[in-house]
Amino acid sequence: MSSPPRAQTEDPYLALQSTDEFQELRRKFRGFVFPMTGFFLAWYFGYVLLSIFAPGFMGTRAFGSVTIGLLLGLGQFVTTFAITFIYARWANREFDPLADRLGARLDEITEA
Amino acid sequence: MITFSAALLPAADAATQVGSPMLNIAIFGAFVVGTLAIVIKVASGRKTAGEFYTGGAAFTGRQNGIAIAGDYLSAASFLGIAGAIALQGYDGFLYSIGFLVAWLVALLLVAELLRNTGRFTMADVLSYRLKQRPVRIATATSVIAVSFFYLLAQMAGAGGLVSLLLGVSGETAQNIVIAIVGGVMIAYVLIGGMKGTTWVQIIKAVLLIAGTAIITAWVLAKFGFNPSGLFQAAADNSPEAGEKLFEPGLKYGKSLTTKIDFISLSMALVLGTAGLPHVLQRFYTVPTSKAARRSVEWAIWLIGGFYLLTLVVGYGAAALVGPDVINAAPGKANAAAPLLAFELGGSVLLGVISGIAFATILAVVAGLTITTSATFAHDLYREVFRRGKIEEGAEVRVARIAAIVIGIVAIVGGIFAKSQNIAFLVALAFAVAASANLPTILYSLFWKKFNTRGALFSIYGGLISSIVLIIFSPVVSGKAPLVEGGPSPSMITNPAIDFSIFPLDNPGLISIPLAFFLGWLGSVTSNEHNPQKYAEMEVRSLTGHGVAEAVHH
Repeated sequence: MSSPPRAQTEDPYLALQSTDEFQELRRKFRGFVFPMTGFFLAWYFGYVLLSIFAPGFMGTRAFGSVTIGLLLGLGQFVTTFAITFIYARWANREFDPLADRLGARLDEITEA
Repeated sequence: MITFSAALLPAADAATQVGSPMLNIAIFGAFVVGTLAIVIKVASGRKTAGEFYTGGAAFTGRQNGIAIAGDYLSAASFLGIAGAIALQGYDGFLYSIGFLVAWLVALLLVAELLRNTGRFTMADVLSYRLKQRPVRIATATSVIAVSFFYLLAQMAGAGGLVSLLLGVSGETAQNIVIAIVGGVMIAYVLIGGMKGTTWVQIIKAVLLIAGTAIITAWVLAKFGFNPSGLFQAAADNSPEAGEKLFEPGLKYGKSLTTKIDFISLSMALVLGTAGLPHVLQRFYTVPTSKAARRSVEWAIWLIGGFYLLTLVVGYGAAALVGPDVINAAPGKANAAAPLLAFELGGSVLLGVISGIAFATILAVVAGLTITTSATFAHDLYREVFRRGKIEEGAEVRVARIAAIVIGIVAIVGGIFAKSQNIAFLVALAFAVAASANLPTILYSLFWKKFNTRGALFSIYGGLISSIVLIIFSPVVSGKAPLVEGGPSPSMITNPAIDFSIFPLDNPGLISIPLAFFLGWLGSVTSNEHNPQKYAEMEVRSLTGHGVAEAVHH
């Protein structure tokens, strides 16, 4: 699985890891997924805490027999689908070309 | 029993048996024969380790996404959540949401990076830049524990389904059915490996979602496609709960303890899914991280769509069957969806739903068995016991033997567990996965300073703390009987035995933060750091470099 041991300065992974392009790729990835994760966790646990500790508010009828809690719950579905869509689009358009380019460069180095 | 015609049985009197057991058995039999034929056609023959564990990583993202839905939507989701919504309304719905939102953890943080850095098992990733043997042993221990709890819950569920759907209530007959389920599952795994198992999961997912969609459309049609009217009818037909069905609190709002308990449960659900070994294993069945991303996209659409259908099925069961009939049926809440199917489409629809429910158990159990046998053969036998010096044929042989042993354990466990109160095992599997697996997965993908001591502290700490907390919790002993002088709803039904000192049913609230803390503590107290392996892992995880070679080994 692993590449043969070399002197550290020659290691292609260490070399690539220290390039600005790779640091940019890493920053880009984390800059997208960490805030997104923070958002959906906060929104989900916010919804859970409201359901648990504010049942009166969540049980308020919005219309007919549909309550605010049910609407916010359906909102969880909407945001989950939306995040999935937004992430996939971002990854396909913004992330993949950069990652593929770096991967290809690594192929050249390791095959050379 | 089988001579009872379902049509002659008014649903209200159907406390012991509805539908035609022969028809149910016939539909289930047709599923088994049909899927076995497909498994033999697409996937029989000798296999390399890669073919056995991951189907040669040759599935497309869409195929894998459907299979993930088939793997994830267990009988607990299908029957349990519909029943929870029927009886507890909003709280059942609230419960279902955690199972969906959890997939965002897999999508954003785990699936692609895991695909890029591992090959066959979860331990491949966790041991990548750490000391191989101790980390593989720890990971294997936790994988086996999680899978065993999940497996036992599924097999015990099979026992319960038998009495509910096949009209088989005798002890011996139930045991025979459990043995048949286990036997068929072993056949799928041995003949088809991961490729065959994946096709079973795909077929099952399509049947399950199609069947649920038909019931949903049928229910909505009865209420003029007006959900608000359906909800109202559910409340009108629930004398005890009434309009409380629309509000939080029927299940989790009883006391402060049940409230905190739900927070603990939802933590385990949201953080546990991306740490379930049999879910992670599915990401290795596709060739690239892009296909892994596509898999999770498909899985989220299907699983989310399914839970939306379940909402209608649950309220539909309350409105059309009613809580009294559901509570009187064997299996109680689990009977809600089958009873609704019977109410709508008679024995035929009930037979279809029953067949699908059994198919669900088969598909889930087969996936668990492959994952666990891969852990035995690849992590423990090959890497730890033989230190990597082993022929591929021998490894596959060990994996096959492991699959048979796991199948037998599942059958025996299912027979012993079928009359126990062990529904908590599914939640426990999620809690252990969230405590023992997820922190180490995230640390090893994202935190430079993470090292072997951190991994061992986190895995063993998470595993031991969650299991110990469960043992001393009310789910094992000491719950007050529901009726005066009756049995306790705990696992130990004798109400006189009570050693519960931890107040919550779910350990996640304590064990998950503890495992994250221990992972940090272990890492900062050890100087181990391998910059070369860290660079290799990080570069590969983000660029996908080296994945193709790993697949074609």
